[in-house]
Amino acid sequence: MSSTIREAGAGASKVMPLPARAAANTPVPLEHGIARNPGMKLDLGFLESVRNVNRSALERRVATLTKRRSIKADNQAAWLLRAIACMDLTTLNSNDTDERVRRLCAKAINPLRRDIVEGLGIAGETIRPAAVCVYHPFVATAVEALRGTGIHVAAVSTAFPHGLAPLSTRLQEIEASVRDGADEIDVVIPRGLVYGAKWRELFNEIVAMRAACGDAHLKVILGTGDLSTLRNVMLASMVAMMAGADFIKTSTGKESVNATLPVGLAMVRAIRAYFEETGYLIGFKPAGGISTAKASLDWLVLMKEELGRPWLEPDLFRFGASSLLTDIERQLEHHLTGHYSANHRHAMA
Amino acid sequence: MNILERYHAMEYGPAPEARNEADAWLAGRDFSKALFIDGAWKAAAGGQTFDTSEPSSGKLLAKVSDAGAADIDAAVAAAAKALPKWSASSGYARAKVLYAIGRAMQRHQRLFAVLESIDNGKPIRESRDIDVPLAIRHFIHHAGWAQTLEKDFPGHKPVGVVGQVIPWNFPLLMLAWKIAPALAAGCTVVLKPAEFTPLTAILFAEICERAGVPKGVVNIVQGGPEAGAAIVNHPGVQKIAFTGSSEVGKIIRKATAGSGKKLSLELGGKSAFIVFEDADLDSAVEGLVDGIWFNQGQVCCAGSRLLVQEGIAEAFIAKVKVRMSRLRVGSPLDKNTDIGPLVDRTQLDRVKGLVAEGAKQGAICWQPDAALPTTGYYHLPTLATSVSPANILAQEEVFGPVLATMSFRNTEEAIDLANNTRYGLAASVWSENVNLALHVAPQLKAGVVWVNGTNMFDAACGFGGYRESGFGREGGREGMFEYLAAKLPAGPAIKPAAAGSAQPIEQADGAAIDRTAKLFIGGKQVRPDGNYSLAVATAKGKLAGEVGLGNRKDIRDAVAAARACKAWPDATAFNRSQVLYYFAENLSGRADEFAARLVQLTGVAAKAAREEVDLSIERLFLYAGLTDKFEGRVHQPPARVVTLALHEPVGVVGIVAPDNQPLLNFISLVAPALAMGNTVVAVPSERHPLLATDLYQVIEYSDIPAGAINIVTGRSAELAGVLAKHDDVDGLWVFADADTCAKAEADSIGNLKRVWTGNGRSLDWASGDAAGDAFLRRAIEVKNVWVPYGD
Repeated sequence: MSSTIREAGAGASKVMPLPARAAANTPVPLEHGIARNPGMKLDLGFLESVRNVNRSALERRVATLTKRRSIKADNQAAWLLRAIACMDLTTLNSNDTDERVRRLCAKAINPLRRDIVEGLGIAGETIRPAAVCVYHPFVATAVEALRGTGIHVAAVSTAFPHGLAPLSTRLQEIEASVRDGADEIDVVIPRGLVYGAKWRELFNEIVAMRAACGDAHLKVILGTGDLSTLRNVMLASMVAMMAGADFIKTSTGKESVNATLPVGLAMVRAIRAYFEETGYLIGFKPAGGISTAKASLDWLVLMKEELGRPWLEPDLFRFGASSLLTDIERQLEHHLTGHYSANHRHAMA
Repeated sequence: MNILERYHAMEYGPAPEARNEADAWLAGRDFSKALFIDGAWKAAAGGQTFDTSEPSSGKLLAKVSDAGAADIDAAVAAAAKALPKWSASSGYARAKVLYAIGRAMQRHQRLFAVLESIDNGKPIRESRDIDVPLAIRHFIHHAGWAQTLEKDFPGHKPVGVVGQVIPWNFPLLMLAWKIAPALAAGCTVVLKPAEFTPLTAILFAEICERAGVPKGVVNIVQGGPEAGAAIVNHPGVQKIAFTGSSEVGKIIRKATAGSGKKLSLELGGKSAFIVFEDADLDSAVEGLVDGIWFNQGQVCCAGSRLLVQEGIAEAFIAKVKVRMSRLRVGSPLDKNTDIGPLVDRTQLDRVKGLVAEGAKQGAICWQPDAALPTTGYYHLPTLATSVSPANILAQEEVFGPVLATMSFRNTEEAIDLANNTRYGLAASVWSENVNLALHVAPQLKAGVVWVNGTNMFDAACGFGGYRESGFGREGGREGMFEYLAAKLPAGPAIKPAAAGSAQPIEQADGAAIDRTAKLFIGGKQVRPDGNYSLAVATAKGKLAGEVGLGNRKDIRDAVAAARACKAWPDATAFNRSQVLYYFAENLSGRADEFAARLVQLTGVAAKAAREEVDLSIERLFLYAGLTDKFEGRVHQPPARVVTLALHEPVGVVGIVAPDNQPLLNFISLVAPALAMGNTVVAVPSERHPLLATDLYQVIEYSDIPAGAINIVTGRSAELAGVLAKHDDVDGLWVFADADTCAKAEADSIGNLKRVWTGNGRSLDWASGDAAGDAFLRRAIEVKNVWVPYGD
């Protein structure tokens, strides 16, 4: 598979698209059927109505939230498996190679050691990451490696991580990744548009990105670590959803501050407000810095408490993570054996 | 359920807190000897015990010794014996003991938390994350006060043996709030925990044994109302600190009237939770969870009255209902429990009864669809809408997980509704507009106001109420004063005025034009309602003039005028300062006349009379200058929040002045009250009222707004009684005979006004110590406004 960036039209026909939205995991029927968000017109009045975000109150909420809920024993194992199923297993390094990406895909296909799978009694069901997330040059590699598994291929796009290339270039990048077979596109927004309150421009850009995605799902990364205030996070989340985002995502992993629970709380409340306004369910993806099993449980609790059970499925919730999987494996082994495990006992990605 | 089924269900499941250590502790104690007196464990003298049981199951936990009057005698004797040495010990020595207690509690904090949850029923998350850490913080914080006592509270000494009676809703935390400041101040204590929840106090006493608390300094007596009454009525106790119901608080106020005991009461509440349309509504919903569904709503400062702006009311209530449906009701020892059982069957019955009555009176009571545990005293979280202000759920403290909801149209109405209660403990204000929030906070009649938050507590920030929520503060600098006594310069004992009309007064000679001294009400000189007069004699027994004989209706009118006067409390401190300076200026212009009047009425030498006038002017100057200097503080509790301890006027203050140094005492009492922005109804010296009536013109000349000061002449004892029973008087200072003072305290229970008396003695008003902070402190309420910040 070529690792060069594919230009629009060049070589796209060689890549077979994935079947439309096959599931990586055994699917679960939800109470809500999830209709794809069509977006809406930019409603500045509605935007204004969600402006009130009180940081210290949100911080208190997340501080108590993680103390209000405790998940023990078999439930903890089940919740950690859920974290795996909601994972976008990610490699986004400057020195990534096709081989590295294939290794990651292999890990995604077999995330747990066989003895752990059997010990947990889950062999009858497929539980593995929902997607593998890579830079554009590795999309085709990943598509090839994951063919037939139902694991999605997500490409970070639009001049990731800063988003500061010309719009036309950024849209071409999306199209190229879609042509290579990515069925999920993680785009970044230019943060300056938020600081300038250029909501119309931001909205229009995301609408164009969504159009470029076609059937591929659009995840809009806000780069929350760059946005300074939770109010900015809330407003940017809402504009992204109005413009047709399927998911909103916290971070690229490249900002100095990664996904934090207060930011996550602001975003899930934006999702709730959008749902209350439109009836559409939008997904949420925290990414960056979520590396421990304990942290993954905190995020799952946040989703269950603030949004409810539907948001514990990969259709509506993803972790962007790289090292999280190994820590979860170690915890699951501990659950089975009572011994604390070591990283080297689990296959690396 | 296997793991795969759990993977699909994604439920939390039980997360039980281990209780084996707590059970072992329970099994290892002889609770029939649970009275900790003079450093030893004793059975009740009468051998009786009471049962304490577990609210989540109703099962018996222990049979605990039940103190009677003889045991309280022994405890007070032990405390009295320990007092001299403890109060004389160095601040550093006491600090070390407080520090040791705090650290020892920290080392056993999980045991404290688990015991508390077992005994009280509160969720382990709360006892573990809130009650116990706050209690520990209280002791460590107060170690510092012990050490800086002399520097920070000059001229004060420990009040003595302290009797403390605490409730069952925060057993350990209330113990800490009581014992820590007392020990820091150098007092010794006799503390009675509530019958429902004796356990953590017993563990605390064990900690005291090990932490080097000298014998007799801390005495903890388990018992019921009989033990409580024995403490309250014990002559060997110099101060009572009580937290509990307003009903019992009033009984205690009455019982201690005239005893000279210092008293602090932290009572009930019906606190408003105000949500403006520009609030972060989702956060306000979480605030409600922390406000009314914290500790099952069994919180004196629970935000039990939701006031929500009309435009957002429907959306907000919808959010509240969704959130309520996610509250988990269950075992207090499950880490996933949000709401545990109420403390006892009686409490459950009471809450149910109030909800039923509220519904009968028109409230719509909604509860989420959740199963309750099969044992224990559980009550579902309840939302009452369509609640009229007269509904029992809007009026009465429920002390359960029941939220009453009303809407308001604008800011003024929100404030009116919030203040439409006999209570005044706390309030929450939710708005993202700092202008609005800080506009509303000072207008709420509540001792604590949380902006965009609720139920925040800290040892450095005072806590306590306005109105019938009690008086006195706990925590911080203002809390320390509750355990300290400032010595005021003693004056003569005051004898009761002779009954009936005075002996005939000889007509004075001279041909001066006849003058009529009326009453001074609402800025006008008015005739007394009864149209009777009181003859005023000179020192030589001749007729000096006649003053109006004020009666209850005159007091009524004067209080109404004082209440209606907004110009004075709303004026800036600098403005009040200038007015008081001007008052002094105008008085000085007539100094000769007042000196002559003093000579005429009291018979003092001309020089002494002149000194009294000069001192009166000096004192006015002093308070004019202090008006903008006796200010509040800014606390920085251990969180990103600034707490503004505002000094607010008490409100309408009644003043009954004595006879000695009649001009000076009048100024010495009225000036500090005015300086802090109170409006005053003053009853001047009964024997020498002409000194006050002569002031009318001075007052009229001094730009003092109408109603700021009202003067009713007449019989002090009678008028003191009317003031004491007037439920719109917020504070009452009485320097009269012992009987009148005691009656004023006893009669004040209608609205629990703040009463300060001389216990039958006057002061030496000429002393420099009869002025300053000791007076100003009585002229203010401390309101702590919590303002979390961050963006």
